[in-house]
Amino acid sequence: MSLGVLPSLILPEAVLTVTAFLVLAADVLWLRRWPGLTRSRGAAVLASLGCVVAVACCAHLAAQGTQSYPPGVGMVVVDPLGSLVQQLLLGLALFTALVTAESRFTDHVGEYFALLLLATVGMMFLAGTENILMIFVSLELVSLSLYAMTAFNKREARSAEAALKYFLFGGMSAALLLFGFSLLYGVTGTLNLTQMPAKLRMTPLDPLAVVAMIMVLAGFGFKVAAVPFHLWAPDAYQGAPTPAAAFIASGSKVASFYALARVMWVGLQPAAGSGVWQALAQGWAPIVAILAVWSILLGNLAALAQSSVRRLLAYSAVAHAGYLLLAVLASPRDGFPCLVYYVATYAVTTLGAFAVVGMVQDQTGEENLGAFAGLRHRAPWLSFCLLVFLLSLAGIPPLAGFFGKFYVFSAALRAPGNLGLLWLVILAVGLSAVSLYYYLQVLKQVFVIEAAPGAPAVSASVLGQVYVGLLAAGVVLLGVAPALLLDRLSAALQRSGF
Amino acid sequence: MLAWTIYVSFLGAAGLALLPREQARLARRLALIVAIAGLGCALGGAVTSEASTRLTTITKVAWVPTLGIEYHLAADGISLVLVVLTGLAAVAGILFSWNIEHRAKEFFAFYLTLIGGVYGVFLSFDAFLLFVFYEIAIIPKYFLIAIWGSTRKEYGAMKLALYSFVGSALVLIGLLAGYVQAGGHTFNLVELARVPFPRDFQMWAFPVVFVGFAILAGLWPFHTWAPTGHVAAPTAASMLLAGVVMKLGAYGVLRVAMPLFPLGMENWSGAVLGVHSWRELFAGLGTVGIVYGAMVALVQRDFKFVIGYSSVSHMGFVLLGLMTLTDKGLSGAVLQMFSHGVIAGLLFGVVGRMVYERTHTRELAELEPMNLGRALPFAGVTFVLGGLASMGMPGFSGFVAELQVLIGAWQSFPAMALVTGVGILLGVAYIIRALQKAFYSGQGTETGSSDRRHSGQPTHDEPSRNRGPNSPAVTDSISLPERIGALILLATTLVVGLYPPLLLKWIHAGLQTPLLSALLKKGAP
Repeated sequence: MSLGVLPSLILPEAVLTVTAFLVLAADVLWLRRWPGLTRSRGAAVLASLGCVVAVACCAHLAAQGTQSYPPGVGMVVVDPLGSLVQQLLLGLALFTALVTAESRFTDHVGEYFALLLLATVGMMFLAGTENILMIFVSLELVSLSLYAMTAFNKREARSAEAALKYFLFGGMSAALLLFGFSLLYGVTGTLNLTQMPAKLRMTPLDPLAVVAMIMVLAGFGFKVAAVPFHLWAPDAYQGAPTPAAAFIASGSKVASFYALARVMWVGLQPAAGSGVWQALAQGWAPIVAILAVWSILLGNLAALAQSSVRRLLAYSAVAHAGYLLLAVLASPRDGFPCLVYYVATYAVTTLGAFAVVGMVQDQTGEENLGAFAGLRHRAPWLSFCLLVFLLSLAGIPPLAGFFGKFYVFSAALRAPGNLGLLWLVILAVGLSAVSLYYYLQVLKQVFVIEAAPGAPAVSASVLGQVYVGLLAAGVVLLGVAPALLLDRLSAALQRSGF
Repeated sequence: MLAWTIYVSFLGAAGLALLPREQARLARRLALIVAIAGLGCALGGAVTSEASTRLTTITKVAWVPTLGIEYHLAADGISLVLVVLTGLAAVAGILFSWNIEHRAKEFFAFYLTLIGGVYGVFLSFDAFLLFVFYEIAIIPKYFLIAIWGSTRKEYGAMKLALYSFVGSALVLIGLLAGYVQAGGHTFNLVELARVPFPRDFQMWAFPVVFVGFAILAGLWPFHTWAPTGHVAAPTAASMLLAGVVMKLGAYGVLRVAMPLFPLGMENWSGAVLGVHSWRELFAGLGTVGIVYGAMVALVQRDFKFVIGYSSVSHMGFVLLGLMTLTDKGLSGAVLQMFSHGVIAGLLFGVVGRMVYERTHTRELAELEPMNLGRALPFAGVTFVLGGLASMGMPGFSGFVAELQVLIGAWQSFPAMALVTGVGILLGVAYIIRALQKAFYSGQGTETGSSDRRHSGQPTHDEPSRNRGPNSPAVTDSISLPERIGALILLATTLVVGLYPPLLLKWIHAGLQTPLLSALLKKGAP
C-alpha cells in the first residue's frame, strides 16, 4: 500500500479540517460584518455542513470494509465499528455547533467553531486508530482544543478558572498516559494494539506492564472523569461556556471511552485478570472495578448535595462514567455494543440537558436549582424536554438511559465467572435508585414549584426549540426501539471482526 | 382488544398534554372518555375470551432480538380480573376528581400515563416488558402527589418514588441475574419458569425479587410509604395507589417471584428463630401487616390515615394468601386484590373528596361536631356500605376473599390464621370508630353547625383552630359525578360479593395456566 491511499482513508477528517479553516476565513472575510447572532448562525451553518459531508464520507469509507494504514502499524484504521462511532461524534459536533449558534458569550465566533471542529477531528482520529502514539497525539488535539474552548468566555472569571483547572489536571493526565504508553512500548516493542497481546509476557505478569496499565488507566481516568481523577469535572462543567461543557460531557466522553475500551480489550486483553468477588486476579480488571465502585459511589452521593444544576450534572457524569466502566469489565463481544450504545445515548442525553440548562442560564443569569422554579410555565417545551433528558439519565423506561443501564448490567453479569460481577451490579443498581432523588430535585423545581413573581421569562429561539426537541426525540426513540442502533452495532462489530 | 387498554391510555395522555392550557372542562371530559374507552376495552376483552386454562397471546413481536426481548402481551384469567379492576378504578378516580381545576390537563395526562403503565404490567408476559411498564408507573405517581397533593405532599411523593424505585432496583437485580443464569436469550416468563435454576440461586433470588415487588404491596415493615403517600395524594391518586398500584406489587410477586424461583420458598436447611423458610417468614410478615395495620388504624386522628393503614392491613391478606401456596389461598389473594382495589377506592373517595374537599379537615376530632351524617347523607351511607365491605361482611366481595385466604392459611399456617382473626376483629373496630366519629357522633346539631357557618368563627367549646371559612362548603351536596363513581364501586363489590363465581371462574382458570399450575403442585405438601 502506498502513501496514495492515505488521503482517501482520512477523507472525513480532512473535510472537517478544511471546514475549520473555511469557517475561520469566512468569519474574517464576511461574517464579521454581520450582527452577533446572524454571524454565529452563519458560522454554525458552515460547520454543520462540514459535519454532514464528513458523515457521508465516513459512511462511504465504512462500506469498503476494514483498511489499515500503514499496514501493520495501524496509524489510521477504517473499520465499520470505528466508523459508526465517528459518525456519532460528527452528529454530536453538529448539535454542539447548533448550541454554539444560540449563545453569545464571545466575539471570536470563527475561532470557536474552528476549535470545535478541530476537537472533533481529534476525536475521530482517536476512534480510528490502533496505534498508541496516534491515540496520544489525537487525545492531545482534543484536549488542547477543549482547554481553549473552556476558557473562551473572557467576561467570566469562572471560565478562566475552569479552564486552568481542566488544563492542569489534563496536562498531568497526558503525562501519565504518555509515560504509560512508553512503558507499554518498552515491554512489547510495538505501537500497534493488535500486536501487543502476542508480545505481552503473561506469567508472571511483567511488573513494568503493571505500572504501564496503572498509568494508562489513570490517564484515561482523567479523560472520562472517573474517581479519583474527577476533580476537574465539576469546575469545568460549571465554569465553561455551555457548548464547551456540553462537548466535554458528550463528544470527549464517547471518544475517550471508545479508545479506552480499544486499548484494554484489543491491546491488553490477556492481562485482564478478573474483578470477580473473592476471585480477584491480577490484571487491569480489578483496577477498573475499583474505579467503577468509587465513581458510582462518589458521583451519586456528591450529586445529592449540589445546588448548582451544572455541578449536579458533572457529578452525575462521574457516576455514569462508573456505570460505563462496568461495561469495560464485560467480555469484548458483549461489552463493545453495550459500551457504545450506553455512551452514545448518554452523550445525546447530556448534550440535550446542557443545552436546556444553557438556555435557562443565558436568560436568567443563574443555573442553581432556584433558577428552574416554575420553568414549566416559562418554557413548557424546554421543560418537557428536560424531563425526558433527566429521567433518561435516571434510568426510567422507556427512555434510552434505562435500556443502556440494563444492557450494561446484563453484559457485566455475563462476564466470565458465573455472575461474579454481581456485587458491582448490585451496587450500581442500588445507587441508581439513589440518583432518582437528585434528578427529581431538579424536576420538582421545574414542574412542582411555582415561579417567584417577576421571574424572567425563558424564551428559546425556534432553532433552539427544534434541536432540543430533536435530541429529546432521539432519546425516546433509542429507548423505545433500541434495536435501531443495536442491529447496526452488532453488524458493524461482526464485520470489524470482534 | 385488550392491548388497546394500554394504547388508549397513553394516547389519551399524549392528547391531553397537547390541549391548550386552562381547558379544565375539556380535559376532564376527554380523560373520562379515554378511561371509559379503556374500561370498555377491558370488559370487551374479558367477555369475548373464555375462561380457559391457556394463555391468550395478544401481541408477540421481537423487540430487541439480540437480547431475546419480546414485546409480548398476553392475558390469563388473573390478568383479566386485574385489568377490569384497573378500568373501574380509572373511571371512578376521574369521576372523583371532577373538581380539579388547577393544571387540569397535566393532572389527567399524568393520571392516564399511570393507568396505561398499570394496564401494561397486568398484560405483560415478558419480564423485561413487565418491568418497563412497572417503572413507567413510578414517575406519574410522584408528580400527581407532589403537585396536587396535600399534607406534606413533597415528602410523601419523594418517599413513595424512592421506595418504588428501590423496590424495582431489587426486582431488576433478581431479573438480571435470572436472565443471565438462564443463558441470556429469553425474558419470556413462561420459558423462564421452566428453567431449573439452581436451588442456591433461587434461595437468594426469590427473597430479593419478592421483597422488591412486595414493597409496593405494602409488606410490613416496608409499608411506611403507603400511609404517607395515600394521605398526601390527591383523591384520585390515592384511589389509584390503594386501588391498583399496590396490586402491581402483589401481582409481581405472583407472576414473577413465585413461578420463577419456586425452590426459594422451600425450607432452609435449618431454622432461624423458629422460621423455616422465606415463605414462612413472608407469610408471617403479611400477618403482622394485617394486625399492625389494623391496630395503627384504630388510633389514628386523621381520617385518611385510617384508610391508609387499613390498606396495609388488607394487603397483608393478599401476601399471606399468596404464601399459603394452596388453591384457596391463591384464589383468595387474587380476589382480595380486586376486592380491596374497589373498596379502598371507594373509601378514599369518600374521605378525600366527599368529606375533605367540603370540610377542609380530616381530623376526626374536628369532624366529630360537624355531624356529617346529616350534612352529607350520601357520603355517610356510602361510607357505611364501604365500611361494611371493608370489615368483610358477607354479601360484599371482601368477605369471600378474606374467607378464602383464611381457609388457605388454616391449611398452611394454622397459627397465623388465628392471629389473622384478631386482625379481622380490629378491622371491624377501626371502621366503626371512624364511622362513628366522622359521621354519626351526634354531638353537633344542625343548628350548631349552621351557627358556625353564619358567624364565620369558632364558637363555644371549639378548639381555637380557624376553620371558619371552611365550614360553608359542608352544605354542598354530593355532585353527580361523585355519586356515579361511588355507585359503580359499590355495585361492583356487591355483585362480586353476592355472586363470587363471576370472578372466581377466571381466577381458577388463571391458576391452572402452565405458569402457575406448577407452583400449586410444587407447593402441595
